[in-house]
Amino acid sequence: MTSLATLAASAKLSRVGTRPPLLKYLRDFYQRRAFAFTMARYSLQAATTKSSLGAAWHVVVPALQIGVYGVIFGVLFSSLRPPHFVPYLMVGIVLFQYITGCFTEGARAITSNGSLVRSLDFPRILLPVSAVVSNALRVVPLIGLMLIGLVLSGELPSLGWTWLIPDFVLMTMFAAGATMISARLTVHTEDVNQLLPFVVRILFYLSGVFWNIDKMIHIAVLKPILHYNPIHLYMAIARAGLIQGYTVTAMDWIVAAAWAVAILVLGTLFFWQAEEKYGRNV
Amino acid sequence: MSSNQPLSNDIGAELPEEQRLKPPVFLEPGKTPVVVVDDVHLKYRVFASGKKVTRVNSRVKRKGRLREIHALQGVSMVAYEGDSIGVIGTNGSGKSTLMKAISGILPIDAGAVWASSRPSFLGVGAAMIKQLSGEKNVILGGLAVGMSRSEIKAKFDHIVDFAGIRDFIDLPMETYSSGMVERLKFSIAAAREHDILIIDEALAVGDQDFRRRSEARMRELASGAGCVFLVSHSMKSILDTCNRAIWLDKGIVKMDGPAIDVCRAYAAAQGAPLDD
Repeated sequence: MTSLATLAASAKLSRVGTRPPLLKYLRDFYQRRAFAFTMARYSLQAATTKSSLGAAWHVVVPALQIGVYGVIFGVLFSSLRPPHFVPYLMVGIVLFQYITGCFTEGARAITSNGSLVRSLDFPRILLPVSAVVSNALRVVPLIGLMLIGLVLSGELPSLGWTWLIPDFVLMTMFAAGATMISARLTVHTEDVNQLLPFVVRILFYLSGVFWNIDKMIHIAVLKPILHYNPIHLYMAIARAGLIQGYTVTAMDWIVAAAWAVAILVLGTLFFWQAEEKYGRNV
Repeated sequence: MSSNQPLSNDIGAELPEEQRLKPPVFLEPGKTPVVVVDDVHLKYRVFASGKKVTRVNSRVKRKGRLREIHALQGVSMVAYEGDSIGVIGTNGSGKSTLMKAISGILPIDAGAVWASSRPSFLGVGAAMIKQLSGEKNVILGGLAVGMSRSEIKAKFDHIVDFAGIRDFIDLPMETYSSGMVERLKFSIAAAREHDILIIDEALAVGDQDFRRRSEARMRELASGAGCVFLVSHSMKSILDTCNRAIWLDKGIVKMDGPAIDVCRAYAAAQGAPLDD
């Protein structure tokens, strides 16, 4: 021990720049949560003040996508389309965009906030969380419009519609965990940002956004893997609640919840482990 | 300093093992230490792009395309209760890096920093969003420095008046002059009680009146059980607010002691002696 270390110890000073223990870290995060929420809300406001359509773009873009895929798969490849195609597609696009939007935008949560990370001290996990909150704030009005769209295309509100609430909570937990993982990976190497679009593209085709993955794939080994893919499950649960003729099993719910908890816990631990290094790598 | 070197105030009592001379750590026995910095090294690793620097720089080492900059090369110091310490040195001497190492924002490569509580960096500017109104930025900045919503609400009027921007509080911050932005930043960060506060070039802007008030607030913050670090190129600011100063040069402490002595030596080395 150096003589300065002895001096520090005798004055009961504590070491700076070490990673806080997990529980303290989570407590700090909880105390500072208002920062993440306010930052999400304000940056959303700031981003839309300059464009002429403003916040409307958050609705126009998915509506255009529903239009494009509706024409391609509803008219051109009509043999592939599942029953109640328009509601099926609306639920698929809106929820898929939400989940993948979180971890693609959130991947830059640390790297694009470099000056913030380098000048203020707060649990860094607030940044990916803020990215998820910002996506959630954007998707809630969109889900409202989606429900109106469902009614217009002939679906009737039922008790099953309430399934959307726990389902939304589960997919948000999953998305938050995935965002923490992508945010840390991007700090280590920016190349992740180049690869993420491919990951999203693959998930897009494999999660049954616009076709019924259970009926499309006939390879026995792949069937359960694709079925229990978390993104597919969250969409399947929403469809079972919202659209007539679709069902899910209790097992689907259990696996969906297990994914949500597992990825959230894993993502939090993974993100926390590099906490003291985020200032350096951006 | 090496690990077995005795603590001493006698200048030149013992030479450190490195080739470059480091003065012994400035100690004031009897006072309570709040920050102890022990032989801190910090290296930046950056990807080199562009042409190789032809002049040999001792602080830059190349490892393939990864270039290493040894920004802090064994800095030791002790800050005591009630200290307000000016940090001076030329651009790139490691002042801001040392402050970020002390606050724990940048991880250090060797050595250690101890503190009585986590030092807070007055760097609220990075959290602000210029498209939004001053009012929203007070809320966002307040949350960023760790105030609660109710605390911000209670101090809102005080912050706005201290910054002197009441007439413009509902306008987007991008319409503010740079002086107004700096005043707002200081007012937000200084509204909170900090035990250990680090201020990096905040008071250079702002008019005479604001400068006087902000310096008074800094003295107030240092007067309790706390301590304030002020990084500045203005010798006047440092002499007005600080009792002590540290002169950093190329990543090591060149001089540490009473503000007037250190400022005088630094100004003389810069070729612009202080006119008292």
